[in-house]
Amino acid sequence: MREYETTFVLAPTLSEEEVEETVTSFTGVAEEKGAKVVNVDNWGKRRLAFPVKKHDDGFYVVLTLQQETVEAVTELERRFKVNDSVIRFLSVRVDEELKTAETSRLRRKPRSQESAENPDSKAEADEPVS
Amino acid sequence: MARRRFCKFCAGKIDYIDYKDIKTLSFFVPERGRIAPRRLSGVCATHQRKLRRAIKRARHLALIPYVTD
Repeated sequence: MREYETTFVLAPTLSEEEVEETVTSFTGVAEEKGAKVVNVDNWGKRRLAFPVKKHDDGFYVVLTLQQETVEAVTELERRFKVNDSVIRFLSVRVDEELKTAETSRLRRKPRSQESAENPDSKAEADEPVS
Repeated sequence: MARRRFCKFCAGKIDYIDYKDIKTLSFFVPERGRIAPRRLSGVCATHQRKLRRAIKRARHLALIPYVTD
């Protein structure tokens, strides 16, 4: 199952309720397109590092989606482009990056256990050149 | 930034550098807004690559600046 993270920034001119509404409408779209909404992370209003479309602040929302295809993400991005209250967005496929992170974590794990239980066997295991 | 002879990420056993983790990222983005070179930060090649990508993503989302004067 692929996992996507879609972050979008909403204009600060919206009220808290409007932000809520927009977010639910977007999660609705994602579900309609067959994606599973794993997490909705609403950061609230934050200062932008630089002005975007003349705005200095924005509401950050991070959606975590699971789906076998990009369908939901494509549809969301299309809507982001159309919707004027979305000032920035970024979609990232994270499952592969998390997987490589996981393998490198596992690669390290057994070695440290090994060295803890049996310090002698440690000698032949090469330290990762990292 | 202090010169470091070891990679912060290797030492901290961090395998995935998150573009949303501004605290960590901003450590490698000094005042000018440029990404700190490995020779100063001591980050290993693997992690510098991941760091670079995370910083660029964060920049796009206006979490950290492209330039500051």
